[in-house]
Amino acid sequence: MQRQLTIALGTAFCLAAGSALAGGHCAAGKTLEDGKLTIATGNPAYFPWVIDDAPEAGEGFEAAVAFAVAAEMGFEAADVVWVRAGFDESIQPGAKNFDFNVQQFSITEDRDKIVDFSAAYYSSAMAVLTTQAAIDAGAAPDLASLKTLKWGADANTTAVPMLTDLVAPTSDPLLYNDNTDVTAAMQAGQIDAALFDLPTALYLAAVVVEGGVILGQFPADRTENPDEFGFLMEDGTPLKACVDEAISALKANGALAEIEATWLSETTGVPVIK
Amino acid sequence: MPDAQVGLTRRQAHDQRLRRRALLVAGASTLGVILAMVFLVPLAPGWERVQQSFFNAEVFARTFPKLLNAFLLDVAIFAWSVPLIACLGLAVALARDVRNPVLYPLRLFGALYTDIFRGVPVVLVVYLVGFGIPGLGLPRPWNSPYIWGTVALVLTYSAYVAEIFRSGIESVHQSQRNAALSLGLTRGDAMRYVVLPQAIRRVIPAQMNMLIALQKDVALLSFIGPVEIFRQAGVFKSLLANFTPYVVAAVIFLIITVPATRLADHLIARQNRARS
Repeated sequence: MQRQLTIALGTAFCLAAGSALAGGHCAAGKTLEDGKLTIATGNPAYFPWVIDDAPEAGEGFEAAVAFAVAAEMGFEAADVVWVRAGFDESIQPGAKNFDFNVQQFSITEDRDKIVDFSAAYYSSAMAVLTTQAAIDAGAAPDLASLKTLKWGADANTTAVPMLTDLVAPTSDPLLYNDNTDVTAAMQAGQIDAALFDLPTALYLAAVVVEGGVILGQFPADRTENPDEFGFLMEDGTPLKACVDEAISALKANGALAEIEATWLSETTGVPVIK
Repeated sequence: MPDAQVGLTRRQAHDQRLRRRALLVAGASTLGVILAMVFLVPLAPGWERVQQSFFNAEVFARTFPKLLNAFLLDVAIFAWSVPLIACLGLAVALARDVRNPVLYPLRLFGALYTDIFRGVPVVLVVYLVGFGIPGLGLPRPWNSPYIWGTVALVLTYSAYVAEIFRSGIESVHQSQRNAALSLGLTRGDAMRYVVLPQAIRRVIPAQMNMLIALQKDVALLSFIGPVEIFRQAGVFKSLLANFTPYVVAAVIFLIITVPATRLADHLIARQNRARS
């Protein structure tokens, strides 16, 4: 209902202004290309955030959220342009090729000095991915056992400080370029366990890692350093206010929770690490 | 000498004047370029953002100690790789120089080896050996990325080093071998006592360049897990959304490589003087 109203309003404004503006919403004139909303994601984008590496289809949690936010901001689905931009491209100084980038970016104070983050659209639990072989060798979901494991993580994520803060393993963790390399090391028996956000860990355990198991999770609502995902934007962009407004509207009317239930429903039932 | 005056001849004085002028001009132009860089670059509209992202003093100070610490791992990997590379490289070079027809397969192997490992990107070898061989099911600690990463580096660099050794061996004239043989040395002894001492000495400057390249390529081991300086800088980059840690890493690398490069240049210059 609300969406239709927004679109109707948008159309009215368009007619009034006589241009292809994406509605009289606050985003008008603030986007890269007038009337279009350019959204970036990873290359490749991973399940379950984007299904089949095709964000245009709107399938997968982040793709769905991006389209919902776009609609809330007054953009029709046809006016949403998808591009690809990795983390490094996104934090480089200078003009960006996207209006916002959605790629499981954790919001941190340090990163916020260089780029802007939207309000959080997801709070992620961190989960321990391991293999049946490691469990057979005695790995258990308690901190004392976790400390003795050989750890790995994706070097470009907030899993690295979390690993040192939450687990503080006895041997130095090995760090890798991306999920694929972490799982390769796990298959090669070089690491016992790796820390990922829960949805990613579930996917890797089910599909990628042979004999992969989720040992347990560190809940999302822990008091220190919760891992919250936000859209990444150029520092000081006027668009931030509009995006934040759209996200809080989606939170208030329950649409965000609904999308989460659709795409990330299996995240319950994973034991909590004591 | 009729006018044995103290001091310089007219020619020497003239040369000295020229030299002084050249030095002055060189100094002034260098100063000019540096000043232009210092004053003009910050005038660029994006300078503040670039400075914030790449030359951030606060980030520099925060990450330097940990990066320096991580650099020790690079030094260690480098230190244990170099002797292995030297041995394997020399062995392959000798294999390529075998003249006995029965041992032709050895020669063929040497040629194939250098062709393949010089042609394949180092990163691929690191991935293939670092993940692939442990993936065959080796138990710990034999599947360590340190072991297989080192193997990958040694395999790649030995190919280059072998070619340099071979060029050194071939630069020793055939007549020297003949002379050695006519003195009653065996082929092996001729190689060992006559050819190699000259060959190795001739290629030392070229091998210094390989050392410098290896120092930087040690960082490629980070692809398969070890947290050395490049990886640690990447972690900081990700956490701080700032590229300054890479600049810090570069500075630390330069502290080591610049003297090494100068030494290589010096050796080459000395060799050239000795030859001319």
